[in-house]
Amino acid sequence: MNVKYMYSLLAVIALFLLAYLGVEAAGLELLFGIIIPYVAVAAFVAGVVYRVMGWARSAVPFRIPSTCGQQKSLPWIKPNKFDNPFTPGAVVVRMILEVCCFRSLFRNTRNFIQEGKIAYQLEIWLWVAALAFHYAFLTVIVRHMRLFTEPVPALIKLVETVDSFFRFEILTDTIRVGVPGLYMSGLVLLAAVAFLFIRRIVIPHVKYISLPADFFPLFLIFGIAFTGILMRYFSKVNIRAAKELTLGLVSFHPTIPQGIGVVFYVHLFFVCILLAYFPFSKLMHMGGVFLSPTRNLPGNSRAVRHVNPWNYPVEVHTYEEYEEEFREKMIEAGLPVEKE
Amino acid sequence: MSDFPKPDQLLSDIDRKPPQMDWMDTPVTIRKGMYCYAANPKSVEYTHLPFPHQWNPLDEDWKLPENWQEILHEGFKVRLERFRSFKLFMDICVRCGACADKCHFFIGTGDPKNMPVLRAELLRSVYRNDFTAAGKILGRLAGARPLTMEVLKELWYYFFQCTECRRCSIFCPYGIDTAEITMMARELFNLIGLNIDWIATPVANCYRTGNHLGIQPHAFKDMLEFFMDDLEEITGVRVEPNFNKKGADILFITPSGDVFADPGTYTCMGYLLLFHYLKEEYGLDVTWSTYASEGGNFGSFTSHEMMKRLNSKMYAEAKRLGVKWILGGECGHMWRVINQYMDTMNGPADFLEEPVSPITGTKFENAKSTKMVHLSEFTADLIKHGKLNLDPSRNDNLILTYHDSCNPARGMGMFDEPRYVIQNVANNFYDMPPNTIREQTFCCGSGSGLNAGENMELRLTGGLPRANAVKYVHEKYGVNMLATICAIDRAALPTLMDYWVPGVGVTGVTEMVANALILPGEGERTTNLRGEPLPGMEDE
Repeated sequence: MNVKYMYSLLAVIALFLLAYLGVEAAGLELLFGIIIPYVAVAAFVAGVVYRVMGWARSAVPFRIPSTCGQQKSLPWIKPNKFDNPFTPGAVVVRMILEVCCFRSLFRNTRNFIQEGKIAYQLEIWLWVAALAFHYAFLTVIVRHMRLFTEPVPALIKLVETVDSFFRFEILTDTIRVGVPGLYMSGLVLLAAVAFLFIRRIVIPHVKYISLPADFFPLFLIFGIAFTGILMRYFSKVNIRAAKELTLGLVSFHPTIPQGIGVVFYVHLFFVCILLAYFPFSKLMHMGGVFLSPTRNLPGNSRAVRHVNPWNYPVEVHTYEEYEEEFREKMIEAGLPVEKE
Repeated sequence: MSDFPKPDQLLSDIDRKPPQMDWMDTPVTIRKGMYCYAANPKSVEYTHLPFPHQWNPLDEDWKLPENWQEILHEGFKVRLERFRSFKLFMDICVRCGACADKCHFFIGTGDPKNMPVLRAELLRSVYRNDFTAAGKILGRLAGARPLTMEVLKELWYYFFQCTECRRCSIFCPYGIDTAEITMMARELFNLIGLNIDWIATPVANCYRTGNHLGIQPHAFKDMLEFFMDDLEEITGVRVEPNFNKKGADILFITPSGDVFADPGTYTCMGYLLLFHYLKEEYGLDVTWSTYASEGGNFGSFTSHEMMKRLNSKMYAEAKRLGVKWILGGECGHMWRVINQYMDTMNGPADFLEEPVSPITGTKFENAKSTKMVHLSEFTADLIKHGKLNLDPSRNDNLILTYHDSCNPARGMGMFDEPRYVIQNVANNFYDMPPNTIREQTFCCGSGSGLNAGENMELRLTGGLPRANAVKYVHEKYGVNMLATICAIDRAALPTLMDYWVPGVGVTGVTEMVANALILPGEGERTTNLRGEPLPGMEDE
């Protein structure tokens, strides 16, 4: 039994019960539908700002990019513009590659010792799963914007249409069966989360480094995706009522419409927990990646001087002190000196 | 090394399976062969660093100041404010594990605490405990633990098993750089007098005499004169270097290791020959300095402040001598310091000129602020313009490969210049496999002040991935010489090669240049700089 993920799993189950019983048994729709969402969003915004400001307050004394390609030096040597950027513009490209394509993770390899030799293999699955996970999540978020906008912008509708490209339904005048448009993003998200979880318990060294804080968000996101899928395909909720609630929240005229269904409140509560938890967790890597000094600085520190805001004078051993100690020996050896 | 296991044994002993027990519950065992001796208090005292004291890592009691926890907590706090890198790297790791098997020490030892992620977690756990709300409330559940004596020993042991090579940082999706974390950890150790002697004593030496080895000015000159005699015997030409010469064109600074021990000495002889050639042919006036007689900077393995204190001599000496700009020799971490720190720390060097090669007219635009050019850049430019008279066949007895030193690779991005030089001065060159060169290069296992004698097991296990790649080209192409542009490499790799890949030598790039360089008025050369017969001259 791995206590690390059990704690996290139990926490998510407890959160589920809290929301389920809170709405179903105690009738706390107001708390779960209005108060907690506002608190969570406030915590998210304030927390993220606080954390980013905290990082921004710390100085960047030196320009220390990890150079992952040929430097710009002699005119006839071709520099690797983006893996070792020399200009701010090239840094922007490097950052886009990093943030949008997970450039560094794409470099990943795996090695093992085989017959007295170290063998290397391309290891692409973490990169694939990470991309799938993040892009599926992004698509889900964009899709959900339909709940906060009226009329729904065309772009969001387009994302929806593309996302629900696969359909399992028969629609004729007499027969209407099947499920509504199947959102790929939801399934991919679920699959990617499952992969990232399984990886954490199956690969020995990844299991060894994992903390409860690595499992908790996975379970939580799994819970969110799961309740979302449940609502859409199985336990149908009243989508009109749900949108009434969400629109009420964003227009600051919150109301609790009747008959939304308890699964919705569980789903919403999970999202709120994720939002509130976000700024105080490793999920802040989303903001942090933009500030990473090994990636967001140009490798041109010999051409353009970088200024350290706290550069203070230090004690040095001057040439005069040096000559003072060794003058006689220097003269004897025929080395020039300042004072004979 | 007599009781040391054979290579096959060592290799088959590597067990990557992590233990059952959680890492926080696994106490540290400081093991002989894996750690370096404690700093000599006299060396610590000489540079006025805190708490010089006699102690032994194997002892129960490290004789720390009463309030050591408080000192470290305050030191931690200050560094979080001063270095965004540090604060960010403490916060944003998601433990994805991409870095886990990228560290040469992990590959060579299988010790899970040598996975970069876990090495950093050792310190992060303390950070969470002291500086985050979650850590303070949830404690271990949030991955936090208080800084006890046990934990301090673990930190010390493992942050002196990192060579600051930055290999993990290129694989990290957020660019988390363990070198940066190790630098911070070592700064913290230095606040309570816990340096290792292999760093502290060179630092004190360098502070006093201008170089790590403590060579005094007259002796420095003696040593170069000794090379001049050798060179005269080999080439028939007497080279006459300048020392501390005011008004020279260029100040040349290289690691003192090159002056001191084979095979770096041959590289040093190479510098002497090259500068003699340039003086004779083009009138270039280069001077050496006895005050700034160290390119390397073991201060950078101590603290940013100590790095700055030692580095200051370069600009100070260039200013005093009134040279136009500075040329730097073949050294790894020296170039990390020059490329990413020097100008910021001790600049602006407005008393120097923007570097231009007086021979080719090439402007070194990439060094226009720092005003310091790498010898490989300088030499590549000379060769490109056909300014060197070369006979590469003099290196035909050698089949070369090139080891990218960590710092010029990942702290600078210098890959093609040295390769261009090698391929123009030698005819046989083969690169190692792509996973092991350029930005993915493997450390020699002895960087960042860990090239002592007492930690030989650490060095040989850490050097395994590098050696293994050399072995590959040794077996496939018959490679018998490993070229590099780092003095620590030249000191460390021969041992590594003897152990893992016997039959492969180690050389600096400039030694290869000098072998091929045809000096004006030279006699017929029968040997290379090492006194070994040149190809076709075996019977002479």
